[in-house]
This record gives sequence, structure tokens and C-alpha cells, in this order.
Amino acid sequence: MTDRRGLEGPAPDERPAPAGKRNELGIRVDPEVEAARPPRRTVISALVEHEPGVLSDVSGLFSRRQFNIESLTVGPTEDEAHARMTIVVEEPDPGIEQAKKQLRKLIPVIAVRELEPDAMRRELALVKVNATRPDQVAAVAEMYGGKTVDASPETATIEITGSRQKIDAAIDSFGQFGIREISRTGTTAMARGTDDTAAEQTQAQPADHRHTVPADDD
Amino acid sequence: MSERATPVTPRTEADATETEREREHDPEATADASTEPDSNTDASTKPVTTGAESVIRALETAGAEYVFGVQGGAIMPVYDALYDSEIRHVTMAHEQGASHAADAYGIVSGDPGVCFATSGPGATNLVTGIADADMDSDPMIALTGQVPTAMVGNDAFQETDTTGVTKPITKANTFSSDPDRVGDDVGEAFALAGAGRPGPTLVDLPKDVTLGETSSEPGQPRTPDTYEVQEHADPETVRLAARRIEQSSKPVLLLGGGVIKGDATEAVRAFAIEHEIPVVTTMPGLGAFPEDHDLAMEMAGMHGTGFANMAITHCDTLIGVGTRFDDRLTGGIEHFAPDAEVIHVDIDPAEISKNIHAEYPLVGDAETVIEQLADEVTESPRATKWRAQCQQWKSEYSMAYRTPEDEPVQPPFVVEALDEATSDRAIVTTGVGQHQMWACQYWTFTEPRTWVSSHGLGTMGYGLPAAVGARLAAEDDQEVVCFEGDGSFLMTIQELAVAVRENMDITVVVLNNEYIGMVRQWQDAFFEGRHAASEYNWCPEFDTLAEAFGAKGFRIDDYDEVADTVEAALAYDGPSVIDAHVDPRANVYPMVPSGGDNGRFALSEDQL
Repeated sequence: MTDRRGLEGPAPDERPAPAGKRNELGIRVDPEVEAARPPRRTVISALVEHEPGVLSDVSGLFSRRQFNIESLTVGPTEDEAHARMTIVVEEPDPGIEQAKKQLRKLIPVIAVRELEPDAMRRELALVKVNATRPDQVAAVAEMYGGKTVDASPETATIEITGSRQKIDAAIDSFGQFGIREISRTGTTAMARGTDDTAAEQTQAQPADHRHTVPADDD
Repeated sequence: MSERATPVTPRTEADATETEREREHDPEATADASTEPDSNTDASTKPVTTGAESVIRALETAGAEYVFGVQGGAIMPVYDALYDSEIRHVTMAHEQGASHAADAYGIVSGDPGVCFATSGPGATNLVTGIADADMDSDPMIALTGQVPTAMVGNDAFQETDTTGVTKPITKANTFSSDPDRVGDDVGEAFALAGAGRPGPTLVDLPKDVTLGETSSEPGQPRTPDTYEVQEHADPETVRLAARRIEQSSKPVLLLGGGVIKGDATEAVRAFAIEHEIPVVTTMPGLGAFPEDHDLAMEMAGMHGTGFANMAITHCDTLIGVGTRFDDRLTGGIEHFAPDAEVIHVDIDPAEISKNIHAEYPLVGDAETVIEQLADEVTESPRATKWRAQCQQWKSEYSMAYRTPEDEPVQPPFVVEALDEATSDRAIVTTGVGQHQMWACQYWTFTEPRTWVSSHGLGTMGYGLPAAVGARLAAEDDQEVVCFEGDGSFLMTIQELAVAVRENMDITVVVLNNEYIGMVRQWQDAFFEGRHAASEYNWCPEFDTLAEAFGAKGFRIDDYDEVADTVEAALAYDGPSVIDAHVDPRANVYPMVPSGGDNGRFALSEDQL
């Protein structure tokens, strides 16, 4: 139906148009050269009240807001009232900022910090392989500093601790024997030296890494 | 109608009791109220004996005056404790009505509104209203009954995981598990609802906890230690923002709902007027700035005025205060204020650069930060040309509409008739749809806390229960006008029974076009006019139905009936309903299609 009930005024194509433009992140860009923002992987550490429901608060927040999350680990700390969560996210910078801010808004969250790239990051994996070639399995385990925690006539289970990349590489190597099962913890992490990981009244500060030497698998 | 429930009488100063004591926030600090001599002898000074009494005491201590709710099995102990309280209970017809009424009470009064519901279906019926309050950052506290702790997890009768269901839509929620703590849980929820960026909070109350014995007196409501609010913005950023404003030649102030919630209206008006900066508002920001002022560019966004959208599209400095740059405001962000540097004042750091990047992030309380800016801006922007341009846009894109005599009544005409017949302080509540947009566009808002609507969630049926809550929060001399659509009104129409029972002076105006008109408008524009499920010619006669409820019913079919009907409906002392049959083909313009360019708003269908 034709609608004659509109309003008067210059039509859209009769109006002046501004010169500028924003990108999909709401940032003003030069329309000629629009730089894409690649996602980056980073570790966010959160100190939280050790109470039921906090884990679902955090995981619910990340799924609800569609933050791309690699892993989330949680465990008790030196203070039994607090727990530490380590969250690995992969997002463009604004997404990482937003994730940190939204985390801070949760009532049980005490402190949130994005760790420096040189922070210690560790993951634990249990890898169960076929034990048809036990000597070779032991050799590969030793190469990655793993230890055998269970053995049966058909299987061997190796525990490996280290960076994500190291565990990925170990799993690749174990592939030759036939992997039966894998269970991994996800990353836990800590800042180096006297730098606080995430503590009450944490102010983001540059990591001081003069007094520590990164391990060779970081 | 022989047996009427006792109507709620508004609380007067005379029956307010001074029983609030400063107490330590410590469950161990059980006040020995029984042994302390007390000048008051009414029920509210009796020592607490159960968890339920502790809940009510916490509400009294927090200053709650009204509770909106519906009874039920799991919440009964709390109602039993409420029976002896000074707090007035308003029984609603449906729990959704209770949550919207509490929400509206919070909007108008500024204090958290309180709603009660029982477990299971009672709690799930609150969900829409809680989600609504969450999207609009309205202060509200919901208390829900729950099955006894020992039965939780067993799929017991009327059991729902209420804290689980409402986790994504509350600012904070708690499952209360200890009669000694339950009062403080409620106090904390009350404090959180109103602190910082307001929002809805919920406390789930298992029946064994509310029946449980305790002598624990709740302390003053306080937020948990982990909750911090920044009041003052970073002084250096304020300084830089001030320089930017001084150097701006095309400044615009964009006022969001946060200006009203933060009671920053006076500060913002003074700032805008002193430096002669044109002012645009968001929909929740209606009333933050007088729309009859020269500097007022009114509402921007999808159905904002043409001149507001031109101003926001072409400005070089955008000072956003208490706004979250919702997509209905920005349209496609690619084209939103593309030449502007953005100064963003917000109490919630997470809103800064969430949707629109802010060059000058000012985290803090709206009033405080505006005062910081006012101190720092020493010379006004040189924007004479810009203001002239804004005035030109105001005349070029006027909101004037045609009223052909031989056609049905145009909806804006009805809105304007009500606006003219009421005071500046009249409160407008609405449902959601075309009628809501016409209310935004054609009502001249001049005062804060006079616009009560569902913005972020867009809840059809919000208007009538909101009018109930708004009526109790309003002054006696403030009229309450509720605009509804036919489809929207039908969703919560049962609350009319509540308005009649309480003899509430509310005027409901149904802009009846026998469609869910906003859907019909989109179908005409984007779905080739295929009116799938949008025709509402099956609706009842609302004036007759109003009479059946015991309200006063009126009907408008023609222009010459408008003035007299409006006068009679407003004069009626009690709830009245005007069934205004308007042009079923009337559409809302201007319109920016979803994700479109605000500067290219359509003024008629052929421009979409």
C-alpha cells in the first residue's frame, strides 16, 4: 500500500553526508586504510571469593557475551577464602578489554589482571597410549619430561606438565603409538618475580623480569 | 464487587516510624532489641524471631514502603511476617505485573522497588520484569520463595533453580541458606540494587530458612567489600576532554538514562545552557533536558527526530553521558557520529568503548563528572554557526503531520491532546510498539522521572503494571497517563483489576489500530506487506472490558471526540481506559532501518 502519511523534509540523498567512518569495533578509521584487528591469545587471572556458583558466574558470563575462551581453570589459593581462576581468551584488543571489565563487575570477583606475555604458564595432560612398544613410549615420555603414572599390558598413561605448545608437541609424538585417551587441565599461570598475578588493589604494572629467567619451555 | 480487599493507602509522614538503628554489619551482632528500652511499641520494634521476620526487618531498615507481589506456598512465611509490618503490600494479578510495578516504582522514586513471588512459576513469572530492569539499569529487588533446602535439587513441587535462571539478568543474586544471614543477604541485595550503576538483584529464600529460628537483626544495608564504585573521573582525562569541548565547533551533548538515574539533570542542564551546546537524548534519557528549550534536539536513533539524527551524525564532539550506545540509538556504528571524537561519561567502566570507541573515557558518577567538567571548561565552544544549522534542521525536519478530516484519527493527535491537558510533571508510562514511539516523539518531556518505559528489552505489556508502580511513587498532583497499543495492552490487562481495587487515578490510552503495528510496519517495508500474525482485529472492546473490571471506559473514533473524552477521562477519579481507534495504516517516522545510517533516516515508506 502506498503510504502518504510520512513527514516532510529533504530526502536521504538530498542531505549532506559526513566524511568519516567507524569500523565494526566503533573506532573511527580512515575510510581509505582500514586496519583489521587480529585476535590475540592472552591469559587473564582473576582472584575470586571461594564460594559456590562463582565458576558458573564466570563461565556463564563468557558464553553469554560470546568471548572466545580457550580454557578456564580454577583452584584454591594461599587464602582459603579466595580462589584463583586462569582464563585463556583469544580476542581482538577491545574484546580482551571488555572481558576484563565484565569480569570485574561480577560481585564475587576481587581482582582481575591480564598477565604479561612472559608469565609462567603451565598445563598438565594425561595421555593414554597403546603399550605395544613400551621402550619407545618411555623414551618419548622422557624426551618431554613426562612420567608414566599407569601401565597395563595394553596401555601406558603418561603425565606431562608444561606449556601448551610443549604438550601439543608431546601428543603429536605419542601419536605414533596410537592414542587411546587424552585429558588436559587447561592453562594455569602466574606472574614472574615480585609481580602480583592478581591481588586485591592490583594496579596493572609492567612485569619486572630482570630477576627471573624464563624456563626454556616458556 | 461486594467483598473488596482493603485498598493500599499511601503512607503519610505521620505513620512513618523511626526505628532504624545503626548496627554492625555482623550476623553475630544480634541486637538485644528485646532488652533495650524503646520508645516505640508497634510491631516493627519486636525482636526478630524467624528468618522471615529478619527479611522484613531488612526491608524496613532499608526504607522500603511498598512491596508488589503474589502469594504462594514457598513465600508464605515471608508474607506472614509482612502481615505485621508498616510496609504496604500491593497484590498484583500476575507476578510479571509485580516485577514491572516494582521496576516503575524504582524509576519514579529513585529507590529500589521491591517485588515478591513464590517459587517455581511465581519466580519464572518475574523473569521478564527482572530482565527488563536489567536492560534498563533500574533499581529493583526481587525476593522469591524456594522449596526447603533439603529438597533443593530433587525437582520438588514448584521448584525452579531461580538463581540459575536469573543469573544472566540480575546485577547480583543470592541463594540464602542461613536464617542468621538471610536479613543481611536481603540488605546487601537492596544496597546493590541502588549502588553505582543500578540494576535488579534477587534473593532466593528457601522455606526452611524463612521459617528457621533466629534472633539475628539485620544491619544497615551495605554493599559487599568487593563492590567498588568510582565517583570522580580521572582529572587529567577531564582536563583533556575540557580542552576538546572548548575547541569544538560542532558539539553535541547526548543524554542517556544514566543522567536521570544519577540525579545529574540539574548539573547537565546548567552545563548545556552555560556553554550553549545542543542536546540530544536517548529514549531512556527523555526528560533529562526540557524539550521545549531552544537547545533541545530531542531523541535520536531509530525513531528519533530527523534533526536529532542530523546533529549526531554531523557533530565533531559527542559528549555522551550515562548512555550505553545501544544499537537502536547508533544504527550501524560505521556511520554513527563518524566525524566526532567521543567523550563518554559513565559509572560503569565496561560501557566505555563497548560499542563506540571513546577518545575521552570519564568513569564516574554523572553529576560529579559533569561538575568536574564544568569547573574545567573555561570558555564555551565557538559554535554559533552550528547552532544555526541545528535550528535549520529543526525546521527542515519538523515533526508536523497531516490530519485529513476524511481519514481516521492520526495517533500523534491523541498523544498531543493528552500532553496539552496534563501538567508538566505528568508521568507517562507505555507498552512497547508504535504507540510507544509516538509517545516519545509527540509528548514534550521537560522533567526527569516522568517517562517510564521499557527500552532495552522492549516488553509489550509493560505500561499498565508500570502505571500501578508509578502511581504509588508519584506525588498526588502528578497525573499518570499510560499509553498502550491493542496488542501490548492485552498482555497484562489483568492488572486493571488491581488499579480498580486500589482506586488508582490512572488514565490508560489505547492507541488501537487493530494490529501489532510495529510488526505490521516492518512487514509492509521488508516483507512485501504479508501480515503474518500481526492483525489484531480480534481484540476485545477495551472500553467495555474496562467497565467489566470496574474501571471507566471511553471510546474515540473521530477527531471531534478527542478533547472532551480526554478531559472526562482525566477528570475521572480512578482508573479510566480510552479505547482510541486510530488510523490502522499510520506508521512511525522518521525511521532508520536496523543497522542503517542515522543520517539517512526515512521520512516515509518510499524512502526505506
